[in-house]
Amino acid sequence: MLQSLKHRGPDSTGYALYGKPHGKELVIRLKVAEQDEMSKGFAIHAQVKERRAEIERRLGELGAKILEEQEATEYAFRLRISYDGDTRRLADYIEDVEGAEILSIGHGLELIKDLGDADRVASQYSLRGFVGTHAIGHTRMATESDVDIRSAHPYWAYPFADVSVVHNGQLTNYWKGRRALERRGHRFVSNCDSELIAVYLADKMTQGSTLKDAMKASIEELDGVFTYLVATADSLGMAKDVMAAKPMVLYESDRFIALASEEVAIRSIFPHEIDTFDPYEGDVRVWRNN
Amino acid sequence: MAVTTTRATDLGMHTEQLAGRTQQRFFRPEEQERFTHPQAFEVDFKKRAEFDVAAMTPSEVNLILRELMSQGVGTIVMKNPGAKHSLAVGILNRLNLTIEGSLGYFGCGLIDGPNIRIRGRVGWSCAENMLAGTVVIEKNAGSTFGAAIRGGDLVCKGDVGARVGIDMKGGTIIIGGRAGAFCGFMMQRGRMVILGDAGKNLGDSMYDGTIYVGGKIAGLGVDAVPAEMTDLDVQWLERKLKMYGLAAPRGVKNMHKISAGRQLWNYDNLEPAEKKLIL
Repeated sequence: MLQSLKHRGPDSTGYALYGKPHGKELVIRLKVAEQDEMSKGFAIHAQVKERRAEIERRLGELGAKILEEQEATEYAFRLRISYDGDTRRLADYIEDVEGAEILSIGHGLELIKDLGDADRVASQYSLRGFVGTHAIGHTRMATESDVDIRSAHPYWAYPFADVSVVHNGQLTNYWKGRRALERRGHRFVSNCDSELIAVYLADKMTQGSTLKDAMKASIEELDGVFTYLVATADSLGMAKDVMAAKPMVLYESDRFIALASEEVAIRSIFPHEIDTFDPYEGDVRVWRNN
Repeated sequence: MAVTTTRATDLGMHTEQLAGRTQQRFFRPEEQERFTHPQAFEVDFKKRAEFDVAAMTPSEVNLILRELMSQGVGTIVMKNPGAKHSLAVGILNRLNLTIEGSLGYFGCGLIDGPNIRIRGRVGWSCAENMLAGTVVIEKNAGSTFGAAIRGGDLVCKGDVGARVGIDMKGGTIIIGGRAGAFCGFMMQRGRMVILGDAGKNLGDSMYDGTIYVGGKIAGLGVDAVPAEMTDLDVQWLERKLKMYGLAAPRGVKNMHKISAGRQLWNYDNLEPAEKKLIL
C-alpha cells in the first residue's frame, strides 16, 4: 500500500507494526545515528559501536535483560527485553546516550522508519516476514522540516508503550498544546504536530479515557485541518476534523480494515472490485483486534 | 465568414480592444473557430474499443483514449482503472465511455461533451470544471465532487464527501445518498440535488443556484435560505431523477429547496464613501 503512495513523497517511509505481545517483554526500536551521518566523518562507525555498548550497559544497570538483539542497519537496532520497571525512566536513560533516539517501545509495537521509499525501507529492515495484527504507515515529502529519520512518520507517543500515530494535516494550536503537555512532564523529540497527537492521545488514556473518548476530545481540542490514524496494541482508530479537509478512504469488511489517503493504495491489495467510502467530518472510528 | 454583432455591441458595450495574452474574446455563435477545440474529434458511436489499463500510467491511458478518439472510435470500455488519478480528463467531444472500476483523484476533469459511466467509486474532485456531457458514478464519491462544474449532468448514485459543487457555475449535480459538509460553497449557478442527508454549512456563501435536499440538513451556511418548491421545481426534479433511475425517498414534493438569500450580494461600482451616502 505504501509503495503505491510513493508519489505523495519518497523522502522517507515509516511503519508502525503490531505483532503479538509476549507477556511483559518489550521490544525497543532505536537508532544511534541518522542515516546521512554514516557517510560523514571518520569516527562515526566507532561512535555507533560505543553508543550501542553504552545503551546495553545502561539497560543492564536498570535491570532490563536483553533477550534478543538484532541489527537492522549499522545505526538502527531492535532489542527484545524483559523489563517490568518504569518505561519513562528506561526511555530517558537510553536517550541520554549521545545520538540515541528511541523510535518505539512496546509490547506489540515495532516502529521502523528511515529515508527512502517503502520498498527500500522494507528491504533494509527485512520487514516482509513480519507477522502481526495491524499496522499504520506513512510516506513523506518533507515540507516543513528536514529529510531525516527524526522527522519521519509514524510517531511513537514517548514514553507510552504501543501508541503510534500518522497524520495528514496541520494543527494550528500546536505550540499551545505542546506547552500544556510539556508542563505535564512529556517531552517531544520533534517539532512535528503529528507527534503532538500521539502524546495527546496517550496522555488522555493514562488519565483514564478510552481510545475513542480521547479521539473524540481531540476533534474538539485540536485546532486545524487533520485526518489521523492511531494504533495501540489492540486497536486501530481514525479521526477526521470538522472541516473534512484532508482525505481518507475506508474499506471495511468482517475480516479486514484498510484506510488510506488515496484509494489507489487500497486497490494495491484488493485489485478486485470492493466498496469504499470517505468518512465524514468529525468522524471518529475505532476497531479493536479481538 | 459574416460576423454579426451582438446586442451588447450594438448598444456600445464591449468596444475595448485588448491586446497580448489577455486578449478578450466575446461570444459570437457564428464564429465557429471559437467552438472548435484542437483535440476534439469526430467519432462514430458504432466504432467500439476496449482496453485494459491495469499496467498503464495515467498519461498512457489518456493518450490511448485520445488516439482511439482520433481514429473515430465513439464507444470505449476502460477496464481495471485501479483508482488511478486523472483518468479520462480533457475529453472535448462526444464519446460513450464506460469505466469498469474505480477512479482516484481528478477523474473526468475538464471534459466537454462525453457520456461517461463509472461502475465503481471516484476519489476527490471528480469532473472538476466539467463543461458538458454526463458522468454517472454507480458507487460513492470523494470530496469536492463537481468542483467548479459549468454544465452537464454529474450523478453519483451513492454517498459523497464534503464540498460537493464548490464554486459550481452551472450544470446539475445529483447525489443519490448522503453528502458531507459545505456542499454548494460559493455556488454561483446550476442545480444540486441531494437525495439523502446534507452536512453542515450547506450552501455557505452561495451567490445563486438552487439546492434540493431529500433528507435532513445538518445546517445551512451563511446566506443560504429555505425557498418554496414550485411546480416547475417538481417537474424538473421528477424528469431529471427519472433520467438516472433515481427517486426522492420521501417524494420530490417533500424535498427541501435552498437558494441564496442574496444578502451577500454587493455588485456595484460604488466607492465605500459613495455607499455610505446611499445607505
